[in-house]
Amino acid sequence: MSDSSASKGGSAPAGMTIHLKVWRQPGRRAPGRFVDYTVHGIQKEMSLLEMLDILNEDLVRKGEEALEFDSDCREGICGTCGLVVSGVAHGRHAGTTTCEIRMRQYQDGDTITIEPFRAGPFPIVKDLVVDRESFDRIQRKGGFISTNVGSAPDGNAVLVPKDAADNAMDAATCIGCGACVAACPNASASLFVSAKISQFAWLPQGAPERGRRALAMIRQMDSEGFGDCSNHGECEAVCPKQISIQNIAKMRREYIKAAWVGADKVRSTGGE
Amino acid sequence: MTTGNRVLDARIPAGPLADKWDRHAMDNPLVAPGGNRRKFTVIVVGTGLAGGGAAATLGELGYNVLNFCIQDTPRRAHSVAAQGGINAAKNYQNDSDSVQRLFYDTIKGGDYRSREANVYRLAQLSTAIIDQSVAMGVPFAREYGGALANRSFGGVQVSRTFYARGQTGQQLLLGVYSALVRQVEAGTVRMYPRHEMLDLVVVDGRARGIIVRELTTGEIKRFAADAVVLATGGYSPVFYLSTNAVNCNTTAIWRAHRRGALFSNPCYTQIHPTAVPQMGDYQSKLTLMSESLRNDGRVWVPKKPGDRRRPNEIPEAERDYYLERRYPAFGNLVPRDIAARAAKVECDQGKSAYFSSQSVYLDFADAIKRLGKDVVGDRYGNLFDMYREIIGDSPYDTPMMIYPAPHYTMGGLWVDYDLQGTIDGLFVAGEKNFSDHGANRLGASALMQGLADGYFVVPRVVASYLAGAKVSTVKADHEAFAAVEDETRAHLKRLLAIKGKRTVRDIHWELGRTMWDKVGMSRNAAGLNEAIATIGKLRESFWHDLALTGSAEDLNKQLEQANRLCDYLELGELMARDALMREESCGGHFRDEHQTPEGEAKRDDANFAFVSAWEYTGPGREPVMHKEPLVFENVELKTRSYK
Repeated sequence: MSDSSASKGGSAPAGMTIHLKVWRQPGRRAPGRFVDYTVHGIQKEMSLLEMLDILNEDLVRKGEEALEFDSDCREGICGTCGLVVSGVAHGRHAGTTTCEIRMRQYQDGDTITIEPFRAGPFPIVKDLVVDRESFDRIQRKGGFISTNVGSAPDGNAVLVPKDAADNAMDAATCIGCGACVAACPNASASLFVSAKISQFAWLPQGAPERGRRALAMIRQMDSEGFGDCSNHGECEAVCPKQISIQNIAKMRREYIKAAWVGADKVRSTGGE
Repeated sequence: MTTGNRVLDARIPAGPLADKWDRHAMDNPLVAPGGNRRKFTVIVVGTGLAGGGAAATLGELGYNVLNFCIQDTPRRAHSVAAQGGINAAKNYQNDSDSVQRLFYDTIKGGDYRSREANVYRLAQLSTAIIDQSVAMGVPFAREYGGALANRSFGGVQVSRTFYARGQTGQQLLLGVYSALVRQVEAGTVRMYPRHEMLDLVVVDGRARGIIVRELTTGEIKRFAADAVVLATGGYSPVFYLSTNAVNCNTTAIWRAHRRGALFSNPCYTQIHPTAVPQMGDYQSKLTLMSESLRNDGRVWVPKKPGDRRRPNEIPEAERDYYLERRYPAFGNLVPRDIAARAAKVECDQGKSAYFSSQSVYLDFADAIKRLGKDVVGDRYGNLFDMYREIIGDSPYDTPMMIYPAPHYTMGGLWVDYDLQGTIDGLFVAGEKNFSDHGANRLGASALMQGLADGYFVVPRVVASYLAGAKVSTVKADHEAFAAVEDETRAHLKRLLAIKGKRTVRDIHWELGRTMWDKVGMSRNAAGLNEAIATIGKLRESFWHDLALTGSAEDLNKQLEQANRLCDYLELGELMARDALMREESCGGHFRDEHQTPEGEAKRDDANFAFVSAWEYTGPGREPVMHKEPLVFENVELKTRSYK
């Protein structure tokens, strides 16, 4: 139990007092536990992560080890941060990442529980930091269009209908944070994988490899230990970029076509 | 100040501007495909557009590539955060764009402080970047007919910016990342995420490797190679509050600087005009609102100083649309440096938005009236949502409030035409070389430069270096590696041994405050001298009173940040020295002493048409400045006017 304050001066801190229950775990194989902290002087405009920064400063001043959590851009685009905040991946507001959570969502005296994204294929590194390299290994199997630098035709040589481009863009907004996995009762990575498969399936450039891509990425997803999708829809609800589970339906069609018709025979362009 | 006499030769290929890059290809040696290329190992530090692009492309060509990043995956490099777009001289809009015009706009936008040959090459390569990105499946915005769409950005009068909603950087980076993972799978690139470069190893005057720390375990490792490419991004967090990610740092280039790489134009920093205003001392960063907003938004302040009414209560006649008034030709789309300083001028007179004395309005009411809410939402919806989360009101109903924020650093390690630094075999790409943007970068040109360097320039120039240099074999068990590794360990140990009272954030915050006040949007000799003194004291405070816990043999982000801060505390001083030396105003560098009666920047081409290149001379010793004169053979130096 410890008390922290956000005020720089010596006067009594204004703002809210917030109680925290935070997951602390010294290392990958060490057991973890919840630790209680209280922070004072929290302003409404502060972000949740800025509140954790203040907690950390206080811990360090007291000679204790800081709480480890990942974050980088702090504006919702890099996908680095990812915490389960009071039971919900990225917190209760739809369409935002953990770093975008502002303290205006809370009242003085509230208690917030903070945990890492939990899933077998996301082992905990320390405290709230998890290892998401399983996502990279899935991408390696087919999350690309095989084109070397130097071989591209003019950008307008292949026209892409606006709706196809928009649909591809909707899928491409995935930031690879892993909230979909953390929220899924099966720890499925289907939303993440389907977003990439769908992006390329909507574009003519992605057509030559679409069958192979679907088979290879899904095979790798399974071998990493992610579960299958059983249509709970939790992934879509927590996705900070609001990626639709329609992508999962599209992924299934891509997979079935490739598996039944043959990976190299599924080449029609874009859409359905 | 000591001025050195080293002759900096940029080794620009001879011949007309338009032929130089092709001539370079013909005049330099090549490495034949196949086994010969596999024999060479290239280290690339950074996985953004420049680093990731270079690593993937060198891999495609058949070299053996080791690629490092501090993020948990290469897809999170800070290029991801660029919002607005990427320029290319495609002339798809038939509005008289050309390579020549993009070249000219960039030289002029940089206030005539960049190198002609490099900028021309950038403009030439711009078109191939778009082709390549489209081929990779980057979902650029399209018109109904299926063709690529364009929009305008500040400082130009054509429509040449390609975009993917408000996340062009992320989409281009995912293109790079896709090429990278493909090469990782193919075995040509070995990827080292969560690895931070802490020093450069130089053997016989050549860059031969790096010392890195694996961030999750604290393990110190050595990597040897035939060439080293640094593409580690900008140093705006020297201001503490900036639009950069919280882990952006100068460590890789600063340690290379300490090993002999000259550092150019450190004072050229870009203050972006449209960020969410500062709110409190607890803040960890400033959030950028894309420059593309100035396409449709109108910037204004109340005419009356101290007017604290809400914006919707201020009638039209009592508003000053100061950019439209001062710069009728470009209006709200003047370059970043001009828009930023104009906001400061108004706020310094007490004219600001109600929110704080450092905020102005960016109003979309006219655009919504003209285009409808849906079209405006389509263009800027994600930015409006982001803004509402932070400030609490909606730009659809109430004008947005913005203020300038540190965003991009044009200065960086000195490089020649081949992007090679003053240490042989050390190449510097992307934001962290100095060469293309002069004293001010135009919007949508950072992504262009990152990918030009990554996909096209680095692969060619590194290959010609490897083919021509006859580099001897050096392995990581060489004594030079052992010595640098020992220094790295000792440095980390020293940081943990201070055991003082001040946190990393506390000291960084004070450095940032000093830099923003004295080395920010406008500078003067007295302020800069004060900054140099303050930063010196702050360094003392850092080394005597820093509070750190935990160990170096474990994940320890406080230690990582402390290690980066000690480099910022040296770089900050060099920035102030460079700004003090440069007795003129140009681009992002504005000296109060050097302005026209209208308050515009006053350049001094007779005395300052040169690149500064600073040499590190040891701890606590004054750096020595060398010069590369800038020669303009193709453009006439003019006073930049956007009126």
